[in-house]
Amino acid sequence: MTNYLDSVQKVFFQSSDLELKDLQNSIDVMMGHQIDFAELFFQSTFHESWIIESGIVKDASFSRDKGVGVRALSEEKTGFAYSEELDKYNLLRSAEAAASIASRGQDRQIKIGKAVQAVPLYVNENPLESLTDSQKISLLQKVDKLARNKDVRIKEVIASVSAVYDQIMVVASDGTLAGDIRPLVRIGLTVIMTSNGRTERGSAGLGGRYTYSNFDDAVLEDLVCKAVEQASINMEAIDAPAGMMPVILGNGWPGVLLHEAVGHGLEGDFNRKGTSAFSNKIGQKVASDICTIVDDGTLSSRRGSLTIDDEGTLSNTTVLIEKGILKGYMQDKKNARLMNTSTTGNGRRESYACLPLPRMTNTYMLSGDHEPDEIIKSVKKGIYAPNFGGGQVDITSGKFVFSTTEAYLIENGEIKSPVKGATLIGSGPEVLHKVSMVGNDMSIDPGVGICGKAGQSVPVGVGQPTLKVDEMIVGGTS
Amino acid sequence: MTTDKTIQNSADYLDIESQQEYLQSTGSWLIDKAKSMGAIETELALSKDIGLSVEVRNRSVDTIEYNQDNNFAITVYFGKNKGTAGTSDLSRESLQDTLNAACQIAKYTQPDPHNGLADANLMAKEKVDLDLDHPIGITADKAIEIAIECESAGLDYSDKISLSEGAGFSSHRNLRYYANSHGFYAVTPSTIHSLSCSLIAKDAKGMQRDSWYSLNRKQSLMESSKTVGVNAAQKVLKRLDSKKIGTRKCPVLMIPEVSRGLIQHFCSAIQGSSLYRQSSFLLNSLGNKVFPEFLSFYEEPLLPSGLASTWYDNEGIATRSQYILQQGKVNTYLLNSYSARRLGLEPGGHGGGVHNLKVLFNDGESEQNFETLVKTMNSGLIVTSVMGQGVNLVTGDYSRGASGFWVENGQIQHFVEEITIAGNLNEMFANLVAVGNDYDYRSSYMTGSWLLENMTIAGN
Repeated sequence: MTNYLDSVQKVFFQSSDLELKDLQNSIDVMMGHQIDFAELFFQSTFHESWIIESGIVKDASFSRDKGVGVRALSEEKTGFAYSEELDKYNLLRSAEAAASIASRGQDRQIKIGKAVQAVPLYVNENPLESLTDSQKISLLQKVDKLARNKDVRIKEVIASVSAVYDQIMVVASDGTLAGDIRPLVRIGLTVIMTSNGRTERGSAGLGGRYTYSNFDDAVLEDLVCKAVEQASINMEAIDAPAGMMPVILGNGWPGVLLHEAVGHGLEGDFNRKGTSAFSNKIGQKVASDICTIVDDGTLSSRRGSLTIDDEGTLSNTTVLIEKGILKGYMQDKKNARLMNTSTTGNGRRESYACLPLPRMTNTYMLSGDHEPDEIIKSVKKGIYAPNFGGGQVDITSGKFVFSTTEAYLIENGEIKSPVKGATLIGSGPEVLHKVSMVGNDMSIDPGVGICGKAGQSVPVGVGQPTLKVDEMIVGGTS
Repeated sequence: MTTDKTIQNSADYLDIESQQEYLQSTGSWLIDKAKSMGAIETELALSKDIGLSVEVRNRSVDTIEYNQDNNFAITVYFGKNKGTAGTSDLSRESLQDTLNAACQIAKYTQPDPHNGLADANLMAKEKVDLDLDHPIGITADKAIEIAIECESAGLDYSDKISLSEGAGFSSHRNLRYYANSHGFYAVTPSTIHSLSCSLIAKDAKGMQRDSWYSLNRKQSLMESSKTVGVNAAQKVLKRLDSKKIGTRKCPVLMIPEVSRGLIQHFCSAIQGSSLYRQSSFLLNSLGNKVFPEFLSFYEEPLLPSGLASTWYDNEGIATRSQYILQQGKVNTYLLNSYSARRLGLEPGGHGGGVHNLKVLFNDGESEQNFETLVKTMNSGLIVTSVMGQGVNLVTGDYSRGASGFWVENGQIQHFVEEITIAGNLNEMFANLVAVGNDYDYRSSYMTGSWLLENMTIAGN
């Protein structure tokens, strides 16, 4: 068990006039209003990205962001302000602004507790420093060369590496005192392939809460193979079918299905407000018996993992759906309090300049009994989709979409011709009832997911075994 | 410590005069510094945003947010090597660190003969007042009052409106500063105010949500809070009682919120970076006919109070009114100086994209209103919203989730959801039948509805 409080405090208090007692004081100032909860979120972020295109690393960028977000809750009301300047004056000014949500009342003093102790789920190294700048360039050149050597039809290669080094500290009137140090890296590759007047694209990427040193030769080779293979498969793709049919989703990243179909609809805020298609459905059957789905922030080094969430709560494994029955929602402190339940460690925010919301971490379905082959053999006519781009959901109507980037026709139990990208559409509360076979090959995606909600982006993970949906609408053209 | 009152009044308070002075002196200090460190060219971009957003729900305040965002970015060129760095901390110490970081990066990036600032002779010379800055000094209390009035108008409109997702009012003021080592600099203050309302209606088939918003640089030109609330209510009520439709090919009528997405896809496909990366379905399309002859896209960067109005692009190049598409033909690519050099063409003031684009029908506004277009379509689908990212700009393949209304014999029949619409952008552009005069001015892509011949609808 450890806490990073000493090291993160240094980051925020260094070259400022702030001390821990000033934070205590700001909380007290807020609690002097008719406020139920007051919180300070300090964040320091280093970000960089390096890009190679047309064979040269012509551009790279570095950015630094630092600030404090101040939040005050009074029943259902939220007051929020933030400052990029870390000093007593701006902290108090932000505290007064946030607390203006409620009128001034009795002075109250709240004791900030002991630092939250946690087992870190990832290394605390600064990933930007895990390679020298010239090594980052060599790495991109290696990817570029590998890709170009893989297939003569490749006309352009665009590859990038990026890293984020995030240090946070949370202090709140419920006694919370917590710090975290979060690395995040990602590598992405897009190849453009041209042949006989046809141009197609193939993309692949991966990453997680570790450093660039994980991007070894085997990882790069695999990345390149995936992107090049996707482009050459798309070269052969025929028009996708249009209409309702059985759909088999591959394992790993196709778990974006779960993220859109049920994940968002099970976030606490929507359910407190009653605006989700899943509102008031706890205990009800929302999926077939073979579906068990969890949100799990505790996986080691995964992109969506968090040792503590952005409210200082220890990360959790939350069972959302167990054997088809809806078990629970994902909560942050505000929505948990208003719904008389506990936070599940899903309070997340894009940065100090944004309000925390209930958000997913790594959302996945547990393995079932079937061999993937057996699942494919069971379909007479349908599609098999092992890779996807993004998706979207209307949480109120429950309608959701996700779009294939690699898919094939299935005819008489066999995978046949690749088909062009198509959007799949379904209804969240209905689609999981139609899951009739679940594979034994659960895997988590390679680490590229970005989830957007209320204008805020956060890194997430998804995962699932191969699974069969008996019928879904496939948005092709033929 | 400051009192509540002055904080509230400071929601859009920027002392433009003193900011301008500070930015100019800091800017030239940094450019000189960069030069002394060996940079042959330097550019700086800074944006300061200050604002207030309130959200109300069920007729009482839900959230008050005071926004205050700083963004600074510096790019340096050492010969043809480029480095970029950014920060949110605008202290001189931090700006110096940021400059150092950019210089450090430029030591490692590889030279690219096409790198560099835009040519000095292209810099905008004539400053134009575009009437963009209309601060209103609004207090949180007043903003809450407007939002509650808006939400109430929506909630009271019908018993079938069961819930509100909230109504929000926000007012933001921005200061945009750009300077480069050619000696070009500009400081532009602007405001943007918005009011939105999102409502939920319920029937036996479940819940539906829809919203309406008003957005303007001048508060006086915004729709009234009542109109925004009522429009949201009317919109969501129409979504009730949906019926399914089967898979078919049929004409599609896209309302402006959807049709402007097609214009955005077109603009992305003729943007320099998509072209030199060979990643566009419109490669080598300059001068080619991609839309019917009746259609033109006219760019108006100097439109007073326009949402994307500016007299200089993000490299300092003078913007100008021009056809992007003329009589169906691609008139210009959208290039910044880098992509122009790579493609051997001239940049046209499109660093940062296209600045206000208006759709023209035979060089004027179409005379067909929305109702006429519905009649013309006779039988087909009105698309009121699309979902997902199913657009491949390399191939032009288009497949998206959709909802809208089924039309038969020129009459709207019922709401339709859980369908997809699919085609290829090349064919969809060529198959454009008509455009409407129901312009939506809440976007810098100004268009009416579009009627397209045959698309594939997938349903059950």
